[in-house]
Amino acid sequence: MSSSFPVLTAIIATPFVGALVVALIPKQRPELVRAVGFAATAATVGFTGWMLWHFKTGTAGMQFVERQPWIKSLGVQYLLGVDGISVFMVALTALLFFVGLIASGSITERLKGYTIAMLTLEAALMGVFLGLDLILFFVFFEIVLVPMYFVIAGWGHDRRQYAAVKFFLFTMAGSAFLLVGILTVAFLHQGDHHRLTFDLGTLTNWAPDGLSTGTSRWLFMAFFVAFAVKVPLFPLHTWLPDAHTEAPTAGSVILAGVLLKMGTYGFLRFSLTLFPKASVDLAPLLLVLGTIGIIYGAIVAAMQPNLKRVIAYSSIAHLGFVVIGVFSLTTQGLDGGVFTMISHGLTTGVLFLLVGVLYDRRHTYDIAAFRGLWRVAPILGGLFCAAAFASIGLPGFSGFIGEFLALLGTFLVHRPYAVIGAAGVILAAVYLLWAFQRVFMGRPDEATAAMPEINARELLAVVPLLGISLFLGMWPKPALDRIEPSVKALIQHVENNSNYRQPDVAKRVVRRAIAGVHK
Amino acid sequence: MSSRDALDLVWLVPAFPIAGAIFLLFFGKRIGEPKAGWIGSGLLACSFVWSVVTFFALRDVTPRAHVRNVFDWFVSGGLSVKVGFLVDPLSVTWILFVTGVATLIHVFAIGYMHGDRRFGRFFAYMNLFVASMLVLVLGSSFLVTFLGWEGVGLCSYLLVGFWFERNAAATASKKAFITTRVGDFGFMVAMFLIFAKLGSLDYSTTLPGAHTLANGTATAIALLLFLGAIGKSAQFPLHVWLPDAMEGPTPVSALIHAATMVTAGVFIVARAHPFFEASGAAGEWVAWIGGFTALAAATVALVQPDIKRVLAYSTISQIGYMILALGVKAYAAAVFMVVTHAFFKATLFLGAGSVIHGSGGVQDMRVMGRLRKYMPYTAGAFVVAWLAIAGVPPFSSFWSKDEILTKAFDAHNYGVWILGTVAAGLTGFYMAREVYLVFFGNERFRTVPVVAGGADDEAPPDANEPVGTPPTQFDTPTVSYGEPPRPVLLTGDPHESPPVMVSAILVLALLAAIGGVLDLPFRSLEALNKWLEPVFADVKPVHPPSFLGAAALSTLSVALGVAGILIAWALYKDGLRDASRDPADERLGRAGRIFGHAYYFDEGIAAAVSGPVRRAADWLAFVVDAKIIDGAVNGIATLVRKSSDQLRKVQSGLVREYALGIVIGVALLLVWIVTRAWG
Repeated sequence: MSSSFPVLTAIIATPFVGALVVALIPKQRPELVRAVGFAATAATVGFTGWMLWHFKTGTAGMQFVERQPWIKSLGVQYLLGVDGISVFMVALTALLFFVGLIASGSITERLKGYTIAMLTLEAALMGVFLGLDLILFFVFFEIVLVPMYFVIAGWGHDRRQYAAVKFFLFTMAGSAFLLVGILTVAFLHQGDHHRLTFDLGTLTNWAPDGLSTGTSRWLFMAFFVAFAVKVPLFPLHTWLPDAHTEAPTAGSVILAGVLLKMGTYGFLRFSLTLFPKASVDLAPLLLVLGTIGIIYGAIVAAMQPNLKRVIAYSSIAHLGFVVIGVFSLTTQGLDGGVFTMISHGLTTGVLFLLVGVLYDRRHTYDIAAFRGLWRVAPILGGLFCAAAFASIGLPGFSGFIGEFLALLGTFLVHRPYAVIGAAGVILAAVYLLWAFQRVFMGRPDEATAAMPEINARELLAVVPLLGISLFLGMWPKPALDRIEPSVKALIQHVENNSNYRQPDVAKRVVRRAIAGVHK
Repeated sequence: MSSRDALDLVWLVPAFPIAGAIFLLFFGKRIGEPKAGWIGSGLLACSFVWSVVTFFALRDVTPRAHVRNVFDWFVSGGLSVKVGFLVDPLSVTWILFVTGVATLIHVFAIGYMHGDRRFGRFFAYMNLFVASMLVLVLGSSFLVTFLGWEGVGLCSYLLVGFWFERNAAATASKKAFITTRVGDFGFMVAMFLIFAKLGSLDYSTTLPGAHTLANGTATAIALLLFLGAIGKSAQFPLHVWLPDAMEGPTPVSALIHAATMVTAGVFIVARAHPFFEASGAAGEWVAWIGGFTALAAATVALVQPDIKRVLAYSTISQIGYMILALGVKAYAAAVFMVVTHAFFKATLFLGAGSVIHGSGGVQDMRVMGRLRKYMPYTAGAFVVAWLAIAGVPPFSSFWSKDEILTKAFDAHNYGVWILGTVAAGLTGFYMAREVYLVFFGNERFRTVPVVAGGADDEAPPDANEPVGTPPTQFDTPTVSYGEPPRPVLLTGDPHESPPVMVSAILVLALLAAIGGVLDLPFRSLEALNKWLEPVFADVKPVHPPSFLGAAALSTLSVALGVAGILIAWALYKDGLRDASRDPADERLGRAGRIFGHAYYFDEGIAAAVSGPVRRAADWLAFVVDAKIIDGAVNGIATLVRKSSDQLRKVQSGLVREYALGIVIGVALLLVWIVTRAWG
């Protein structure tokens, strides 16, 4: 394959084509449906791997850019590109869908519809992370809702209708603001330059100077609402526990692992670029909400009687770290934020998969229904324990690197938020270890004693995610080296368009004239 | 091989036990007993040998500090962190006694854990525990130390909760991790502050830069690091996890108390001492916390009925001494005491383990007595360690404790000196009480009715139930103050432990006896002090004491220690006439109850957590979140539905159809956009 190979289109198109092929397969051939599903997600993983392999380290700009006119009269383009901020989100998406389909082996009912929905969802999410035209992005952003809605409503648990609709209404409400925001930016630009365009690059060059302070703040808020619902930020979060809990296992993995990141990705890709000054001015709002999320999410998680809800609420806390890291507007903060987006997808993915394993055996998420499972299923218990510590942010796992950097970056400019956020690190241990104790420790009761150990298929889904989390915790350098140039360029862009300057120590190694350990 | 080559290979020291942990985690079960134990012990012995090689190599190089980076961990903006090791006298002292003592504890555990269903996994965790500790002390930056620091926390969780079938063990392991995490919070914030001010986390740049900091900043960093130390070293007010950690198997207690974990706090203060030096006020705090903990924990140990609980409070008290020493800038003295404490505390714990093992799982000293007749070697070793901890000359603790108290006096910190000296007297008493109750006096293990099971929080185990049975016969919970004497389940006489256990105890007892020679307070013999000199070269010296003055102070603390022993002898020499009546407790009256309940501190926290804290969290989760925030959302939805009566005809009221409407709407929007493309 040459370097002009349209790999990004391939990444979006492969799952979509897979969905079309599945649609043509008769319902009576579930094994074919599964095979095509696997083939499509595996091929996407392959294309993503190719992209990662050819991704240039040390450059900040967009790579593998593809540009075609789409709706000429409106200036809408088919514009794709990937940089350090999105490259690992694309990789994570590919991985989680592949793993998600493996974990969906227990789904037999209406498998065809399920597979179509999942593949469409994957294509749409890829589009979200790759689209660099605001309308293109918005279209993908909206398409995501439809298959996600059907996955929750069609294959979820008891309260799935309520959860699916709640999810849909919440995010649609946010999207309305986003659409208004996008159109306003484009029309104001048209007013200046007599040319309608939705090209993010063009608008990024224009918007910081072209918009008045007041307008850019209003527009920031419009984008903010859409993204805050997705993250979700307190107090817009109540759709999340319902949606996560009612969704089938793979749905929860995708929701937590990828869908939430649409919000934080949106902040990085659109809010900071289009409205740098407003981002600096309004950062305290985000820092407050992020910090509340860390503490509030953790406390509420601890009290949940339902294991899946514990993990769902923990996502609010983890995404809180991302938000404060991003809006610290320091290199470490953004590095840590982006890294936590990846790490959270892996660790929470594993936790949801393992909770799914429990559900498949007992058809309940109720913590009180389990007891002493570690004794009965040592491998399952060991994996859950490892995943819990990965999620807690134990050094050695990816979670630590991300959260440490996010907090460190925040500390450099806004100390109180970092100190309060660091307290959230204690709370993470409280809710996960408490839940772990109740489910896995103690003497097994009869119902638990009859539960079978984790099987090979389930292991195949869990182990790669846990392994990658461990790898990224032990050696995060390759990932950070690819993330950082884009992060630095983004902060530079913010600095160029505001009075804000990040501290020196955040930017580069500050040499002090001190030699030797002991004088 | 030159010395530098040997130093370059220092990564082998943690690599051996890491390899052991990984191997045993996957293959421990297949290899089985006792091979898995020998593999774990053997790899740790290799690590010890390599520590010795490193020690000799370091003696040959100047300066005595050698940083060896293994790989770049990560770079983020101005933060560049390498996984690297700092070999200097401080870290080498630590790796020597950690690997040495831990190897002996591993060998002991081969016998102790005999018959455990998770034998292989036990040694995997133990190896990882030691490896984490080695990374902690060898780390070349705060962040690498933190990696080991948290690894130690993880392993303590896994090992304290090793017998997780029992709720007490499960709860204790969670408590240990969360309590020490409170301290870790301090460590993390300290790192943030260090990086913000000095632009690095490497010891080689930050430590020499500490004196450039403003006084207030240095104090903040020092106290935040000290919060971390308080957590790991179980000092007031974060000491609450350590007594409960007795729920783990006894070799784990020995490892936590002697070699790993609790000395980590002392280490980090010693390592980061330039920050404490740069701060005027931090040392004062450290000294007072240490002195207070030393005395308070010693009082609690006076009346505990459990053989391991006395030792647990004793550790808290002894570590208090070390912290006190750090506070009065007697760094070398603190390190000296860490080493001697490792020897005698390991002996005491393994001795206690041997007693528990040999008497069928009994931990209640009130139902023991005269065990020296049945387990003479254990008794001998225990007595040696007792004399060492009680500060009786010429045993090891005499020299270390003495040095610390003299330094406190010389620093004109008379308050903490009084705390430490009184605690020395109490130490003599509570250790003598333990020795008399266990090994001397009357035999009481036959006088209490034999009942299966105990005051466990579980139903008595059923031997025929394969799943619910406890992992080993020694799986009994510790005895709390105020509990009636625990009934005994003895099928024969108590017996001495197998050679594999006894030999480990005897070697440790020998070390406890002679460990004091490491640093005799005579000029030419201060070997450890000299060895550590380069590390603490920047410490401003305190006025050297007159030899006579020091002798007077020693005489006082020794006299108090001996007085404590004599009082215990008077009260317990004949054992107990009635197992449910403890003479010390009765004489102390109300104070005894307060001591026994550890000042109700832990119980108070537990009551607060299960009461008001729990209620507040419940309120947040089920009132604020579920009713107010989510209620508002659902309320708006209801409001919208009710207020749109005129649209009722198109509104069926079914959410499903609303959703469908939205889907259709989105679809139409998309269709519109697509059609415009051809327009």
